[in-house]
Amino acid sequence: MALKIVKGSIDRMFDKNLQDLVRGIRNHKEDEAKYISTCIDEIKQELKQDNIAVKANAVCKLTYLQMLGYDVSWAAFNIVEVMSSSKFTYKRIGYLAASQCFHESTDVIMLTTNQIRKDLSSPNQYDTGVALTGLSCFVTPDLARDLANDIMTLMSHTKPYIRKKAVLIMYKVFLKYPESLRPAFPRLKEKLEDPDPGVQSAAVNVICELARRNPKNYLSLAPLFFKLMTSSTNNWVLIKIIKLFGALTPLEPRLGKKLIEPLTNLIHRIYLFFSQILHHLSAITLVCFSWLIAFLFFITVLISLSSGMPNHSASIQLCVQKLRILIEDSDQNLKYLGLLAMSKILKTHPKSVQSHKDLILQCLDDKDESIRLRALDLLYGMVSKKNLMEIVKKLMLHVDKAEGTTYRDELLTKIIDICSQSNYQYITNFEWYISILVELTRLEGTRHGHLIASQMLDVAIRVKAIRVFAVAQMATLLDNAHMLTGNTQRNGICEVLYAAAWICGEFSEHLENPMETLEAMLRPKVATLPGHIQAVYVQNAAKLFATVLKSQEGNTDSTTAQEASQLMIDRLPLFVQSANLEVQERASCILQLVKYIQKLQQKDVEVSEEVCALFAGELNPVAPKAQKKVPIPDGLDLDAWINEPPSESESEDEQPKAIFSKEEPKHSRPRHTEVDEKELARRREARKQEQANNPFYIKASPSSQKVYQETPGVEHIPVVQIDLSVPLKVPGLPMSDQYVKLEEERRQKERAEKKKKDKKKRKEKRSGRGKKHDSGPESEEDITPAHMVDIVTEEMPENALPSDDDERDPADPHKKSSKHKKKKQKREKEDKEKKKKKKHHHHHHHHGDKGGEESVQNGTVEEEEPLPRRLISVMLTFIFLFYSFDRKAYDIQGNLQDGSQVVVSVIFENKCDSFLKSMEFNVLDSLNSKLQRPEGSGPHDSLTIPFQLPPGVSNEARFVFTVQSIIMPQKLKGTLTFIVKNEESSTHEKLDFKLHFTCTSYLITTPCYSDAFAKLLESGDLKSSSIRLEGVNMPFHHLLARICFHHHFSVVERIDSCASMYSRSIQGHHVCLLVKISSQTVSVDAKCDEPTLLGNVLDEIKQTFSQC
Amino acid sequence: MRVRVCVCVCVRACVCVCVCVCCQMRFLLLFSRQGKLRLQKWFTAMSDRERKKIIREMTTMVLARQPRSSNFLQWKDLKIIYKRYASLYFCLGVEAQENELLALEIIHRYVELLDKYFGNVCELDIIFNFEKAYFILDEFLMGGEIQETSKQTVNRCIEASDMLQETMEEYMSKPAF
Repeated sequence: MALKIVKGSIDRMFDKNLQDLVRGIRNHKEDEAKYISTCIDEIKQELKQDNIAVKANAVCKLTYLQMLGYDVSWAAFNIVEVMSSSKFTYKRIGYLAASQCFHESTDVIMLTTNQIRKDLSSPNQYDTGVALTGLSCFVTPDLARDLANDIMTLMSHTKPYIRKKAVLIMYKVFLKYPESLRPAFPRLKEKLEDPDPGVQSAAVNVICELARRNPKNYLSLAPLFFKLMTSSTNNWVLIKIIKLFGALTPLEPRLGKKLIEPLTNLIHRIYLFFSQILHHLSAITLVCFSWLIAFLFFITVLISLSSGMPNHSASIQLCVQKLRILIEDSDQNLKYLGLLAMSKILKTHPKSVQSHKDLILQCLDDKDESIRLRALDLLYGMVSKKNLMEIVKKLMLHVDKAEGTTYRDELLTKIIDICSQSNYQYITNFEWYISILVELTRLEGTRHGHLIASQMLDVAIRVKAIRVFAVAQMATLLDNAHMLTGNTQRNGICEVLYAAAWICGEFSEHLENPMETLEAMLRPKVATLPGHIQAVYVQNAAKLFATVLKSQEGNTDSTTAQEASQLMIDRLPLFVQSANLEVQERASCILQLVKYIQKLQQKDVEVSEEVCALFAGELNPVAPKAQKKVPIPDGLDLDAWINEPPSESESEDEQPKAIFSKEEPKHSRPRHTEVDEKELARRREARKQEQANNPFYIKASPSSQKVYQETPGVEHIPVVQIDLSVPLKVPGLPMSDQYVKLEEERRQKERAEKKKKDKKKRKEKRSGRGKKHDSGPESEEDITPAHMVDIVTEEMPENALPSDDDERDPADPHKKSSKHKKKKQKREKEDKEKKKKKKHHHHHHHHGDKGGEESVQNGTVEEEEPLPRRLISVMLTFIFLFYSFDRKAYDIQGNLQDGSQVVVSVIFENKCDSFLKSMEFNVLDSLNSKLQRPEGSGPHDSLTIPFQLPPGVSNEARFVFTVQSIIMPQKLKGTLTFIVKNEESSTHEKLDFKLHFTCTSYLITTPCYSDAFAKLLESGDLKSSSIRLEGVNMPFHHLLARICFHHHFSVVERIDSCASMYSRSIQGHHVCLLVKISSQTVSVDAKCDEPTLLGNVLDEIKQTFSQC
Repeated sequence: MRVRVCVCVCVRACVCVCVCVCCQMRFLLLFSRQGKLRLQKWFTAMSDRERKKIIREMTTMVLARQPRSSNFLQWKDLKIIYKRYASLYFCLGVEAQENELLALEIIHRYVELLDKYFGNVCELDIIFNFEKAYFILDEFLMGGEIQETSKQTVNRCIEASDMLQETMEEYMSKPAF
């Protein structure tokens, strides 16, 4: 025995300690593995010794080796031995080794339970502390269950050091053993008010983490946290609490209001804290941004508070402007944080971010990938019809440049996301989109081939007009299939062939040369493709075959048809041998069929009709609301259970709710959803039994072929010809660029035409365009789609109920519910008819309609019928008395014709939840103005509005008034009666309103040349009058623009701060203005041949400027 | 009785959500410019294979970053915040909701603590006294949360527990019987 001890102590002299090991490894750089294996052998010897010090040393070395990546799981038991040492030195090493090496599947953990319990109750606080720290790393559900009580007791330990650790580890225990949460929670809550700040912050941490996951349960703690927030001195805790409130406020909007004040007080503290952090971040210049960072932090909280505060859009606007400064900074971290915050704002306030598109696009060029990814995220929310092509073009450039597949894949998915968002809303030219998709197939080694494929299928199926083009493109793709299949790195791209084959087969009637495509589809190389793609190839070869036969029908020379059958018979056996069951089955079936057909052909029997019948039937998308339109058969109760539900669960009461809330928006604007795509596919599948695969589901492709290196370049784009009306083909440019150019040209041409028309028709001056009023959507409308792409051609069930919003006749006043769409249609119609049309500016004032207030709206003129009449804008004021339940926003469009007629168009929008019907419009005629009523009706009869309004729907109605004298403004009183129908009852309601015909509304913007203007003034038969406007605080050109815009004048001449303006009334009165500005005083001298009219116009001008 | 059952269901539902996302910090890695790991701390239990995969990806990702890039990366659903101090990269993986700047501050604080303990810390200090680096970390962070924000308190705790520990010299000089 004694000898053994002596031997042990001598051995120890030669033991390597950790430092020796590290040094040794560093000295054996060349044969590290060999050196370490000898070390491990030594360690194994050491572990066999009884001396705990030696063991601990060995375990310490093992921990180091574990970090270098060597497996040390074999020593788990020895680690437990060291953990159970009574000496703190060894215990510490043991627990460290355990926390590094143990995980849930380590079986010796079971053995540690008692040891840990012993350590937890040790009188030495550091023993307990070490045990708690170790436990936090390897706690398992079993340990959590067994030790939960011990830890709970430790939460009231006398030493704050232990309390703090116990509270923190409790969170881990909750995760592993949820049952412990209930008994432990009261004590945890107590710790929020612990005298020690460390314990307090630990408790805040844990509760915040719990609450963030499930805020609802912790709402009751809000007052306590509120108190903490105002009293705590620890910034880390403060930030945690503010974040927690960010999670709580959406649940309890009242909290938001209460928080504003303390938050504003805290801004300074948070600002100092962040400035400290930024200071650590190296650059001192950053410190000046710290207020911004603090600001940023509050934005994220504010946004979640926003549900409680409606009027914060101005502050958001300010935030976005400040963010711009951050993003423009040269510091990459600030840039990143700015973009991140921007994307948070984008979610709730897309409009305010959109104006910074230029900046975001710049960030795409950043050399830092993190920043580029953030910018990509943002782009999704800021595309519009106008800039889509430009943005995508830019992204395509990046795709070419991008190194590293992750970023490239990200780009690809983003391009597709951006283009396809909200039902291809922003795509004006689908040919362009198809060519983008085709270009994307050039990408090597992308994982997202299936994404491109599903887009191709989707577009080809839903956009009828594009099919010819798509088929041509797909045929070339098939022909150049080797380009795609050659690349096998990850082999995702060959999925595209799936779509190509299917499109070529299904829409084969559009193929220019079906025989060639058929040949391409049956090439032997196809057999190397993944099984599911081969299956589609085989099936669609059969479809093509049918098309070839049909095209040869009636042709006396039957060689082509026979060639086709021979080709099929020659090539199909290859697929019959396929290992893939699906391919084999289809191939052998079709092979037999073709053999039979060949026999018939030899007997000169006409077979094409029968063959085509195999694939007959048209493919149409199904409207999302189609199901709703099917009347429920009598006696069928959809709500009744077929089988009684097994037990109560949350999903039951959620379901009907979800369906209900979905229905409402659909009513006003039909929209496609992904589900419908699947549904569509499913129906189609049922129709065509042979289509066993869901066309939208693409399996992973496991096959591997030889590597084909494709050199990137234009020659290799597998697109050879564009046989459509593409007059401009720029050599050396990828083809989608041509579309961008074409599109630009087209838009320019349109613009030019419009300008010409405008001039001819002497329309209003462009400068008068109200930029500050809704300019966003307006510029959007200037872009018309390149071709009439009918995305929403949808199939309705046969017994569907008719509905108003399906009607499309543009002459019909029952038009699309959405104003936007209606205008687009109008524009399309104009383009089609090529009639002389004029378009007026369009602007709305949207004054907030706060219950029963006046809402002033500016009307516009849009000629509806192709009548060569003069148009005049009428500004109308609609004073409306609101019903408390029935908020309506009215848009008025006026139309003045022939000098004595005014057309007022009113947009009725139903903002309540009930159905409105039998609406009747009536105006009390004055001597001067009369509502034109249909012949045979009396002077006091009301006009029936020819439509009904479901909830959330708006529609437009027009009324013609006859006006005799235009020199005076006037107001007409009127009423609107309607029936409100909801589920329980229907009531008859009445709304009173006033129509305000101002004098400026009778003015028409007429350009005038300065010499004609001078002559007019010289003629001397004009009466003059003048006004002065005080305190006008705006630039002169704004002032002029305002007058042009609101009062329909045009600028004749402008010299410095003096301008002459002209306008004409519908009855031919000339109105001339001379506007001068000096400091803040504007003087307007006016001349007109009708003094009363002039006086009224001047009054109205004065009023306009007094309002601003 | 019925009420109790209901509450249990409720608690369980809450925890189901919790399990999938664990704690705000997932891991802290220290590695050299050559990609050699110097310290690893996992705040959630993970198998060795997963750990090795993450270490590999982190080192390649972070080392591939150009100089003067931002200190933030997105990796799967985690935010990776890294910072280079001399030849050593500190790389912290946190959940997506966390604030990047605070994460940077956590890294910085750890460096300050190391600096205080070793006195102008360098990579070699951490290599040769790696267990000390862990002990300091364990006093600063625990289970993926900040345990102690005060640097003084952390230092005091470390000193106190070091007092309890005998040094290697003592161990060598002490007789084994």
